[in-house]
Amino acid sequence: MVTDNSDNWLLRVRGLTKIYGDPISNTIRYTGPKYGTNQCPETDAIVACAEIDFDLFHGEVLGVVGESGSGKSTLVQLLYFDQESTGGDVRFRGFENGDVNLLTVSNQKKRYIRNHLMGMVYQNPRDGLNFKFSAGGNIAEKLLMAGEFHVGRIRDRSSSLLERTEVPVPRMDNAPGSFSGGMQQRVQISKAIANNPPLLFLDEVTTGLDVSVQAKVLDLIRGLQRQLGISMIVVSHDLSVIRMLTDRTMVLKNGRIVEAGLTDQILQDPQHEYTQLLVSSLL
Amino acid sequence: MGYVAIKGGEDAIENASRLTEYERVNSRTKPLEIDQIRTQLGSLVDKIMGEGSLYAPEHAALALKQAQGCPLEGAFILRAYRATLNRSYSSDIVDTRSMRVVRRISSAFREAPGGQILGPTRDYTVRMLNTDLASETKEDFERFISEFDFLDTDVLEEPKPFSKIMDILMEQGMLHGVDEDEDRRVVDITREAVKFPAPRSASLQMLARAETGGLCALAYSSMRGFGSTHPTIGELRVGKVKVVVSDRRGRKRCIGNIKVTESEVISKLKQKSRDPVPYMTLGYGLCFGHNETKAICMGILDRAMRVKDEHPANSQEFVLYHTEGVESYGFTNHLKLPHYVTFQSGLDNLRKAMKRKQDAMKSGEKPLAVPANAEDAVDPAPELL
Amino acid sequence: MIETEKFSRSYNYGFIDESTKKEIRRKILKAVAVPGYQVPYSSPEMPISRGWGTGGLHASLSLIGPDDVFKIIDQGSDASVNACNLRNFVRRMTDCRTTFDTAEATIIQTRHRITEEVLTDKQIIVFQVPQPEVLRSVERYEFKTRQMHAEADYAKMWVSLYESYVKFGAIMQGAGYPVKVNKRYIMTPSPIPRWDVPNLSHSDTLHVFAAGREKRIHCVPPHTLVEPLEFEDIKFMVESFDGIQCSVTGGTDAFMDEIYESDGDRKHTINDSNFMDKVRVGIRPRQRLFKNPA
Repeated sequence: MVTDNSDNWLLRVRGLTKIYGDPISNTIRYTGPKYGTNQCPETDAIVACAEIDFDLFHGEVLGVVGESGSGKSTLVQLLYFDQESTGGDVRFRGFENGDVNLLTVSNQKKRYIRNHLMGMVYQNPRDGLNFKFSAGGNIAEKLLMAGEFHVGRIRDRSSSLLERTEVPVPRMDNAPGSFSGGMQQRVQISKAIANNPPLLFLDEVTTGLDVSVQAKVLDLIRGLQRQLGISMIVVSHDLSVIRMLTDRTMVLKNGRIVEAGLTDQILQDPQHEYTQLLVSSLL
Repeated sequence: MGYVAIKGGEDAIENASRLTEYERVNSRTKPLEIDQIRTQLGSLVDKIMGEGSLYAPEHAALALKQAQGCPLEGAFILRAYRATLNRSYSSDIVDTRSMRVVRRISSAFREAPGGQILGPTRDYTVRMLNTDLASETKEDFERFISEFDFLDTDVLEEPKPFSKIMDILMEQGMLHGVDEDEDRRVVDITREAVKFPAPRSASLQMLARAETGGLCALAYSSMRGFGSTHPTIGELRVGKVKVVVSDRRGRKRCIGNIKVTESEVISKLKQKSRDPVPYMTLGYGLCFGHNETKAICMGILDRAMRVKDEHPANSQEFVLYHTEGVESYGFTNHLKLPHYVTFQSGLDNLRKAMKRKQDAMKSGEKPLAVPANAEDAVDPAPELL
Repeated sequence: MIETEKFSRSYNYGFIDESTKKEIRRKILKAVAVPGYQVPYSSPEMPISRGWGTGGLHASLSLIGPDDVFKIIDQGSDASVNACNLRNFVRRMTDCRTTFDTAEATIIQTRHRITEEVLTDKQIIVFQVPQPEVLRSVERYEFKTRQMHAEADYAKMWVSLYESYVKFGAIMQGAGYPVKVNKRYIMTPSPIPRWDVPNLSHSDTLHVFAAGREKRIHCVPPHTLVEPLEFEDIKFMVESFDGIQCSVTGGTDAFMDEIYESDGDRKHTINDSNFMDKVRVGIRPRQRLFKNPA
């Protein structure tokens, strides 16, 4: 468990579960790493995440690592309300001081939380950006939602965000479709941090980019984290990304956390069989 | 009071309408009789009864005559007439199992219980222009009919009702009807606006009133590659069914027979997570008159709309809104109405925008921005006009 | 054969049957109670084409009584062809008096304009609306736009205005400029020119917007705040007809039609036909004029 008794948490997740299809009472019991499957043997239900518990602390970067189908992307999508959870309790200090379960608030409040208090950078820029709008328009969308209705200030803020993420400002009014993959990710990052959220999710943001571009984007993220002190959850199947960015790491398999701890420790001394396999493939 | 050419006013519309009438009458040919249209142009009458949402062959024939043969216009006249009629009764559910079948085929089985009945169909003829019809006379009609004189219609036995081919498959559990989790509420689309996602009853009602050509285009798209409906016709039947209402004392009264076409289309296998035994699914179509294209396409689209996929035919909103003949006909034609006020408003914007750019260029300033997509550089909400 | 009786039925007062008229009036009341919200209604077929003012007729015919005085304009003109056709139909179905005089009418049906002459609390103005869904340009599915309205999720609409500014240096929405009603719902004021939009706000008159084909009614009740969407620094602007004179009356300060002569010359006339008639004989009815910000 990546939990702690300390009260310094920003995000506290308990029992977060996502099941696709129709589960029966034993669905969770008969799936998981022990059985090597996410699929319920009795129904077709797929357990994407089962009773996930963890805490994220202020200013911390938490890695989530695992193979495809381990439930790591589902986990952040549940927290960002892209998908509806089957069950669980999520507290977030940024919203009503963590006194309410985010999973039960109204859609309107969820939208407020997504736009004001959280940011998300997706693996596929088409999930995070509206390709019909210009790059600046995409950032403007976030600022407008936060109640900024001054075009001059919107454009100033968008320019400074693009500058910070090293996107050439003169291209602000171009459509993201005309950008390279690396630059699309930078625009996504600008959009995600537009309202200075305390929490940012990064889902496989460098997957699919050239190695040299990957390094630059990772540098950018690390720099932003240092300057802004923003807390992050970084999802990746790539241990080198996890090593470079994160303080602590959770290893997911078949929708469960199989190992968690300080990133350095996990990389140097992996305990779980699956983590050992992952680490050996890296070295 | 004509200030401008466009404001023709009352005289102009009166004369325009008279001119249309003149075109109809000018030839001085024999006036078409309603009964001629009803009987000799039966397919067209059936089509517009369905789209006009009123089973009234004589009214439909009259509407067609008034519309000078335009089916969209004819269906529209009939639909408007229908809206003024009081609804005195609601009929019981029509039982197509007791249909007096004139045609019934299944492409799923070689021999169907009760037999395949080809009935009246043009399917297996060559479509060569029949020049004989050009000089047809009443005597030709009589000669043709006399060939059937040996039939004594009085002694013909009442045709037996046919069991449904679907029943065979359903009894074996190979075919399921409507899923439990589908929206099975019964609504009346003529009394309340449809909201989406719409229950299946609303969806079938809208399909039954939809324009045949529109249904055909979308059903075809779903078969051809923009969708995954690969149908087999389980059963197609055409015939007359009894319409029964309950009077105020609750007595059942048969108020007549109507001709309908019904199709049951078998679609691909499905498997549910809770019950992993696969089964086939059904698409259903039923429409007024003898209109096989419509019934089959209804069946295909009924099935396609209940499949989650991203093709046009899978979207209830897309299919139902855009196959509604009276609405699409009206709205596409409304473009002929004057729009000079809205157009003026757009002109004003364009002139100002051109001036801004020209001024900027003259003064050597960099233009404000390069459009994100030059070809997209349009009014942000042009549809609102 | 057809029996003569079959084709001899007469129509109900106002064409539509009474129970449906009642239903439409109830939906109008609901729309008044929730300003700017689109209320679905039955929308029976009318003997005019969908898209040609069926919604307007539904509202007018369900509200009208024998004592009403009916006026109908299309593009500002009483004499426009479609207005003539609908006026004849309403007169035939109701025996109401019809008029061209804006001040005299109790129910005014209109397509694409609000009268220049200020309307009073004794009058109702009914708009023929082609597309009631203001969000249709940014979201094509009804299912989603209804959710967006429910949650007041209007960011996409705002971004489309922002994008318009970026491309053209102004909000290029011509007619049908989006407005926010009573600080809650965004709605399209049917495609009236921007010139007319400010007159919706805090007016004495009930505005009924009826879209027959799309089966929706929305309302702006009297004395309701209606704000065109604008940015703090990029303001809503009406069409400018500065320095333009009506070639017939010499009048100014009204929405003008642009007319091209056979020799290519351009001139202008006042669009609102009744207003122009009054100006011509030296009457200047009361107007609410909006001044563009400098």
